[in-house]
Amino acid sequence: MAVCIEVIAKENYPFYIRSTPTENELKFHCMVHTSLDVVDEKISAMAKALVDQRELYQDLLYPTEDYKVYGYLTNSKVKFVMVVDSSNTALRDNEIRSMFRKLHNSYMDVVQPLLQPGGLHPVQGL
Amino acid sequence: MDASEEPLPPVIYTMENKPIVTCAGDQNLFTSVYPTLSQQLPREPMEWRRSYGRAPKMIHLESNFVQFKEELLPKEGNKALLTFPFLHIYWTECCDTEVYKATVKDDLTKWQNVLKAHSSVDWLIVIVENDAKKKNKTNILPRTSIVDKIRNDFCNKQSDRCVVLSDPLKDSSRTQESWNAFLTKLRTLLLMSFTKNLGKFEDDMRTLREKRTEPGWSFCEYFMVQEELAFVFEMLQQFEDALVQYDELDALFSQYVVNFGAGDGANWLTFFCQPVKSWNGLILRKPIDMEKRESIQRREATLLDLRSYLFSRQCTLLLFLQRPWEVAQRALELLHNCVQELKLLEVSVPPGALDCWVFLSCLEVLQRIEGCCDRAQIDSNIAHTVGLWSYATEKLKSLGYLCGLVSEKGPNSEDLNRTVDLLAGLGAERPETANTAQSPYKKLKEALSSVEAFEKHYLDLSHATIEMYTSIGRIRSAKFVGKDLAEFYMRKKAPQKAEIYLQGALKNYLAEGWALPITHTRKQLAECQKHLGQIENYLQTSSLLASDHHLTEEERKHFCQEILDFASQPSDNPGHKIVLPMQSFAQLRDLHFDPSNAVVHVGGVLCIEITMYSQMPVPVHVEQIVVNVHFSIEKNSYRKTAEWLTKHKTSNGIINFPPETAPFPVSQNSLPALELYEMFERSPSDNSLNTTGIICRNVHMLLRRQESSSSLEMPSGVALEEGAHVLRCSHVTLEPGANQITFRTQAKEPGTYTLRQLCASVGSVWFVLPHIYPIVQYDVYSQEPQLHVEPLAVQRTSGPKCAGISPCQQASSQPCSGVLQFCSDPVYWSWCQMSQDSLLAGIPQKVKFTVTTGHYTIKNGDSLQLSNAEAMLILCQAESRAMVYSNTREQSSDAALRIQSSDKVTSISLPVAPAYHVIEFELEVLSLPSAPALGGESDMLGMAEPHRKHKDKQKTGHCMVTTDHKVSIDCPWSIYSTVIALTFSVPFRTTHALLSSGTRKYVQVCVQNLSELDFQLSDSYLVDTSDSTDLQLVPLNTQSQQPIYSKQSVFFVWELKWTEEPPPSLHCRFSVGFSPASEEQLSISLKPYTYEFKVENFFTLYNVKAEIFPPSGMEYCRTGSLCSLEVLITRLSDLLEVDKDEALTESDEHFSTKLMYEVVDNSSNWAVCGKSCGVISMPVAARATHRVHMEVMPLFAGYLPLPDVRLFKYLPHHSAHSSQLDADSWIENDSLSVDKHGDDQPDSSSLKSRGSVHSACSSEHKGLPMPRLQALPAGQVFNSSSGTQVLVIPSQDDHVLEVSVT
Repeated sequence: MAVCIEVIAKENYPFYIRSTPTENELKFHCMVHTSLDVVDEKISAMAKALVDQRELYQDLLYPTEDYKVYGYLTNSKVKFVMVVDSSNTALRDNEIRSMFRKLHNSYMDVVQPLLQPGGLHPVQGL
Repeated sequence: MDASEEPLPPVIYTMENKPIVTCAGDQNLFTSVYPTLSQQLPREPMEWRRSYGRAPKMIHLESNFVQFKEELLPKEGNKALLTFPFLHIYWTECCDTEVYKATVKDDLTKWQNVLKAHSSVDWLIVIVENDAKKKNKTNILPRTSIVDKIRNDFCNKQSDRCVVLSDPLKDSSRTQESWNAFLTKLRTLLLMSFTKNLGKFEDDMRTLREKRTEPGWSFCEYFMVQEELAFVFEMLQQFEDALVQYDELDALFSQYVVNFGAGDGANWLTFFCQPVKSWNGLILRKPIDMEKRESIQRREATLLDLRSYLFSRQCTLLLFLQRPWEVAQRALELLHNCVQELKLLEVSVPPGALDCWVFLSCLEVLQRIEGCCDRAQIDSNIAHTVGLWSYATEKLKSLGYLCGLVSEKGPNSEDLNRTVDLLAGLGAERPETANTAQSPYKKLKEALSSVEAFEKHYLDLSHATIEMYTSIGRIRSAKFVGKDLAEFYMRKKAPQKAEIYLQGALKNYLAEGWALPITHTRKQLAECQKHLGQIENYLQTSSLLASDHHLTEEERKHFCQEILDFASQPSDNPGHKIVLPMQSFAQLRDLHFDPSNAVVHVGGVLCIEITMYSQMPVPVHVEQIVVNVHFSIEKNSYRKTAEWLTKHKTSNGIINFPPETAPFPVSQNSLPALELYEMFERSPSDNSLNTTGIICRNVHMLLRRQESSSSLEMPSGVALEEGAHVLRCSHVTLEPGANQITFRTQAKEPGTYTLRQLCASVGSVWFVLPHIYPIVQYDVYSQEPQLHVEPLAVQRTSGPKCAGISPCQQASSQPCSGVLQFCSDPVYWSWCQMSQDSLLAGIPQKVKFTVTTGHYTIKNGDSLQLSNAEAMLILCQAESRAMVYSNTREQSSDAALRIQSSDKVTSISLPVAPAYHVIEFELEVLSLPSAPALGGESDMLGMAEPHRKHKDKQKTGHCMVTTDHKVSIDCPWSIYSTVIALTFSVPFRTTHALLSSGTRKYVQVCVQNLSELDFQLSDSYLVDTSDSTDLQLVPLNTQSQQPIYSKQSVFFVWELKWTEEPPPSLHCRFSVGFSPASEEQLSISLKPYTYEFKVENFFTLYNVKAEIFPPSGMEYCRTGSLCSLEVLITRLSDLLEVDKDEALTESDEHFSTKLMYEVVDNSSNWAVCGKSCGVISMPVAARATHRVHMEVMPLFAGYLPLPDVRLFKYLPHHSAHSSQLDADSWIENDSLSVDKHGDDQPDSSSLKSRGSVHSACSSEHKGLPMPRLQALPAGQVFNSSSGTQVLVIPSQDDHVLEVSVT
């Protein structure tokens, strides 16, 4: 299980945050926020490479001693960030990927009807 | 490897290691070729085909050639690869059979036996040929024989194991060739040996690995085996393969740890679970850390030892592979992993030990990388190393906290003990770094030595990390480190240094709306500001925190109390205000005006109710809530009238304010959308457009500084406006949540009031909302009393009731009437265009009076005094009532209206009405139809074509004749009289015509209804005003009542009869009664409509008859053939008064006059041949006849109308006196001739000639004696042949059909 899941807007403000040990919420927020640096780097690297982004999974963004932060980027640049306890060795790359895919599907189910025409930009405040 | 069993030759684990090749046989020979051999062998790469599907590699081979000894051959079970001889070469230059048989063969056999005994199959026999030797010895066998012998003797089925090297020391092509062949063979055999031996080794190794589940299996042992392989690959410079070996070991170990964590423990792993006693970090400066390797070999290594050793090897290989950045990345992973593994294995670690280990390791890795890269490379790869910097900083920080180096007082004894323990675990510095000034070891030791040193090192590291993060654009990370640094400064009681970092971090979080970090950072900042004594900032942050729902209720209350405590403090400077933004304190939700249109007259009361949503967790007593109002006088005074305002503000009076801060802040690139509005400024007088433009209503949101949009912490942005106009509400307690606050104000000066700022004061603390947006305004107006008089729209009958629609109606446009608005101010009056019917004359019409009282109060006895106009009656009705409305039209009442009329003045007493009310009442007025001007003489002209004339008139004049009646009104509020003009339109237009039939005469009167109303006409009369008894007017109209519909005409005809000589002129008056068709009964009798006109010279004097005859002998006229036109002019009367003019000549009591005839064919049917006009002398006697013959030619076939014959009076040139006498008639003539010009088309020659006559005629005025023409009045000539037609048949040879297409 991931300890924290965040959905972050294209403009980098959080849409949705859920973390399981709530006492550490602030730490997760800071961690995820900091990891956006890496996501930004990846996005700009993708833009420079001028390649179509096919791989949504962004790999390990930000390893720390206790947690691993994984990223996932939708085509509309909505970011999913997942924090996983480092001691949880059961979670390999494939598990993380499939969790992200599930998260993406759920997100689309929620957000799809609210997409604004003309841009894949979900309504603010969702 | 059993190291203890036999003393091995010392293996030097460096890159100098090369695969061992033994040399047997002739040592001198080998020594002589060795230099060339060792030089040539690595020169050419060789393809190494690998087993297990591994990709083939090109490899440069080198070898360490050693003398063959039996001891070198590995014993069974020996796993050492580095000391393994891969190939055995036997060297000989024997070319003598005898010698061979004697010594060499035995030697070879012995060598082979030794190899066989050790089951080594990798051997080669080299026979060196020397030409020189051959020459010396004559009895030698051919070379081949020796080679053959050896092959025969030793190389059983392996003939390739014996090679010949010819003249190796010579420089010839043969030598070269021979060398190449030899080297290729050597390389091939070497690779074969590698493949075989390594393959075998790998197989053994795998077998060993498969046994890992067996009890007693040792990871360390296996480690050594696989590392041996790695060493060989490294020796062969296959670093990639070598790295793979270590990575496999790494993975295997990791898996064991994971499995251990899952409960599947391996025995050997317990060795690694020994408590950590040494934490001296990674050692990367040596290629191989023998110390650690040996400890692994001895199975004494701890987890950290194993990991350190493994990583140092990986690091070495990665650096060989030129991948320093991977080292950095792997290092970070390793460090995190080690920490986790120690946790997982529940290894006991003294507190801080791991921090030391990580810190040292980070710095070691960084220094190792720095050691092999230049500055530029490092700078461009900060992204790879910054993680280590950050990790080191973090670890040093926690060490600092652990060892009491961050507290204000410095470390206590417990802290010091801990520090000593930690330093002990580091051991002594290693010799490799002993001479390095900045070694990680020295740094750590120094940092832990004192508070100051720690601070220096920590700050250095932090700043370096922040700088690095910033330089690669990882701002968030930089701010996060900064936040830690701020925490450190706060601990060190240096809030002034902490502030900037906290602000930076806060700004960063605010920009992206991360609520929880915002709250936390704000809390830190609040503490910092409190320490710094930044009261305003602290209070502002406190207010933000007090409204922050991410804090607990208690915390919020605390911050709220902080504000309240401050506010209640007696201030030493009483006037001093602390101005804070309102937003965090309370939010303005909505605003409601009463009256809802937000328009109020001077002196009126306006209520503004606002909803404020208090964000505070507790009720807050607010001394006063003030709204600053900006007052502006509008130049356009019309816009301030009640009428305009009520018309234009129809909102419900509720203004909602959007919540200022959305839950997510507006990021820089999504500023609020422009709110643009078109603006039209119209001229007050005629409503024409003066200026137009576009207004942006949310400028203040768009143009504010970017920083302040993301940081709401800056109180400098809030300026308290001091205005003269304020709305105030005192002593309000704002409960948490929504609060209703009502402001009440009495309107004073007229103008527009804009609500600008909202302030709430709590003691000396003022919460200010700097802009109220959307813009909220209310208007106060003052109005002068006004009187409007306007016609009430006439009720139209619905369209014409008859089927025919006259062309007139289609062309008619909606009549517009201009209504003058008067008010007591004589300077000010304006036109107001009204699209409605004006008043009609002759029938009662309603006029609406509107008195707008403005600031004037109508008292009892106030009245309007109307001076009566002569021709306009004010019809008093008994039950007149007036309506009194308030300005907003909300309330109304009605009151009786008293109207008193005297001869000159009508007085209307107004009902009592307060200021700013409207009184409306209606009056009926009747405009008496004044006698219209005499009907124009021109209407009588052209007897021959009365209809056409009539039509022309209609075309030009369909506007009603209007009369203005001016009424002067005295209003009670003004000393001036106002004059209003009421415009009445005469609904009818009348024309008349004289019709003849021989000598019988008729008068036709046409009445045209120009109005929109239908009327009923009755009692039409035509009377002769001159009262000649002789004349009789016999009406031919049968109906006495006749409707006349809107835009339609009615004709009346009378026959004129007389017995004696008719009068030369006739004055008539037509009168007809009329009343609106829609109204059944009118209260008053209406005056009839009259029309006066004059008819002159109506008696017929001449009869003109024209006839056309076909040429003689023909039955019909034919086109192109001349016909004769006979004109017969007959005088019908004897001498009459009208004949007495200049043309009359008298001779022998016979009178005669001169006439000119003219034949004109306007339709171009006829060509008049020869003279078309002539002057005749006509006897003035009844039945006098004149006959004229002319030739005319028909131009077309068919029934052609006859050409016109016109008669003129031919007047001799003027004598002086007559010209003066008849000046009027001259003018008439002149106008006539002009008229004639206009009517006739100048298309015939005859016309031209007449034109010349005319010009002559006009020039006569100047005194030239020229004859003149005067048309006979239409009534005097009767054309009896008008309307007759002649049949013209086409000429026989005329078959041409002309068709013209346009």
